[in-house]
Amino acid sequence: MSVLMAATAAGLFALGTYLLLQRKLSRVIIGLGLLSHGANVLLVNSGRRGLPAIIGTADPLEFADPMPQALVLTAIVISFGTTALLLALAYRSWLLTEDDEVADDIEDRLIASTGYTDLEVSDVRLLSDEAEDSLDRQPRKSSRPESI
Amino acid sequence: MRVLLPMPVLLPLIGAGASILVGRSRTLQRVISLSVLTAMVGLSIAIIVAVDDDGVVSTQAGDWYAPVGITLVADRLSAIMLVAATVALLLVNLYAIGQPGAERSHVGFQSVYLVLAAGVAAAFLTGDMFNLFVAIEMMLTASYVLITLGGTLERVRSGMTYVVISLVASALFLVALAFLYASTGTMNMADMAGQVAQLPSGLQAALAGLLLVVFGIKAGLFPLFFWLPDSYPTAPTPVTAIFAGLLTKVGMYAIIRTQTLLFPDVLPTWLLMTLAGLTMVVGVLGAIAQDDVKRILSFLIISSIGYMLMGLALFTVAGIAAVIVYVVHQIVLKTALFLTGGLIQQTGGSTRLSQLGNMATTAPMIAALFFVAASSLAGIPPMSGFAAKFALLDSVAAEAQWWILGVAVLTALLTLFSVAKLWIGVFWAPATEPTENADRAGTRGRRPPWMMVAPTIVLVSASVVLGVLAGPLYRYAERAAADLLDPTHYTNVVLAEGGTP
Repeated sequence: MSVLMAATAAGLFALGTYLLLQRKLSRVIIGLGLLSHGANVLLVNSGRRGLPAIIGTADPLEFADPMPQALVLTAIVISFGTTALLLALAYRSWLLTEDDEVADDIEDRLIASTGYTDLEVSDVRLLSDEAEDSLDRQPRKSSRPESI
Repeated sequence: MRVLLPMPVLLPLIGAGASILVGRSRTLQRVISLSVLTAMVGLSIAIIVAVDDDGVVSTQAGDWYAPVGITLVADRLSAIMLVAATVALLLVNLYAIGQPGAERSHVGFQSVYLVLAAGVAAAFLTGDMFNLFVAIEMMLTASYVLITLGGTLERVRSGMTYVVISLVASALFLVALAFLYASTGTMNMADMAGQVAQLPSGLQAALAGLLLVVFGIKAGLFPLFFWLPDSYPTAPTPVTAIFAGLLTKVGMYAIIRTQTLLFPDVLPTWLLMTLAGLTMVVGVLGAIAQDDVKRILSFLIISSIGYMLMGLALFTVAGIAAVIVYVVHQIVLKTALFLTGGLIQQTGGSTRLSQLGNMATTAPMIAALFFVAASSLAGIPPMSGFAAKFALLDSVAAEAQWWILGVAVLTALLTLFSVAKLWIGVFWAPATEPTENADRAGTRGRRPPWMMVAPTIVLVSASVVLGVLAGPLYRYAERAAADLLDPTHYTNVVLAEGGTP
């Protein structure tokens, strides 16, 4: 594998990982897309390089390895399908909450709130009723997109 | 015999297609699903009988010779996993039909369920790394649909975490496959086993570690389990039950297969042991902290994965045999426990311990089922859990790994504690007044339909039967473990298969 290809894969992984760590679902989906592109670039480069593998056009020993190409096609189709599903989920989430932020796990927050209260676990207050009141007085910063 | 091998994969896929075509008639869909799943149980029993005679049965799809063709192979490990999985799939499908809600209101349920069944069967039967990837993807894609069934806010939220984590694991799996292919030039596992042995040891360790991370995410190993208790409990009961019983175990199967066939003794024992110990302890501590029936059970899945890794890390016949017994026991038992959890939810109107209570008198049948299943999980003597855990601890003691033995015993005690907490909260505590919202209170005291109770009874009694038959099961597992540790027969059979080039 050439250095250029390795660098491309590395760059895609870096970008994908960065986007995955965002809270916005749309960015997470793009991140996943980049991540699987990185994996595909690696996969397609895992075989021997050479001429197109069509019987009768050249000596079979000079052919590129056709196997990773077949594999990568399968992988692309799979990631296409799952991306479509994720987009549908994100749209559903946006319909339900008008926000595509990945929410916290409520149960985890409840468990955290049963023990000692910690100033850093400030999200816990969202669960209690008094917090609801204080929310009215002090409106939460909404990260909703302006227009979609 | 060789004709039968592709059937457990083909039949459910054909059934899934047919199920969509007859989408208007729920009855026809059910007939298709149940007959396909019953046929799968029959086929897997036929396969296990044949495999126990010959050791390994293999076939090449498309009749291409081995390293090139698409290999399907069944050895003793995959055969027993297939039997346990198909039985669980059939019973959970019956339960889903009985339960109001999940299956009845969704046209696609039966079809997607069959795709899941095909994916699980393909993962157990494939002899090719890339097809393992495809099989796991097939299973996971079906599971994405099942976990977000209905598309309520809660399910979309938890399903999202699950889908994103699974896709990251899949991308890593592809990377591992690319590295494997680049270094060995083959995807056939039997062929790869020979090639990997000639690689430099550093490269071997890197590949083994990467695959461990990939399958560790799917199985729920220690640092990578966080998605599991977050996403499983919100799905409908039959879906959670089949996920709990099968999906993590497919990950565990893949770990066992790759670490024994491709990378025997490559990863250091202390590393696997540490991961196993942390998985056990963190899982059970998480279970103790929770206040929800399904979430407690979800954390206990993680704890049980730690036990399996502990046995595997020994790389001895006794250790791996114990793991096989334990996996089979866990497939049956975890499914049974989640189905019982669904019965509790149906009768009590909630899964929260604080809102349940006094069900020992109001629902003695469910209490009896839960008691049997939970004591088996905690490892109380006559049950299958005792036999499986004893075999595991015995094999660990034989290798003189004392500290992990201590951790395992401590985890067993803590498991008993968390199960006791569940029991007291649901069955003994005084019943709380139905507060919350009116619609929850409305479902209280409703008797679950017999179609939900019957499969649960069968699964719970199956877990008891496993305890009674622990002797023959363990001897079978010993033969399977001996095959795994000495894969020459496996590779010979796969690579010797005839076919036209």
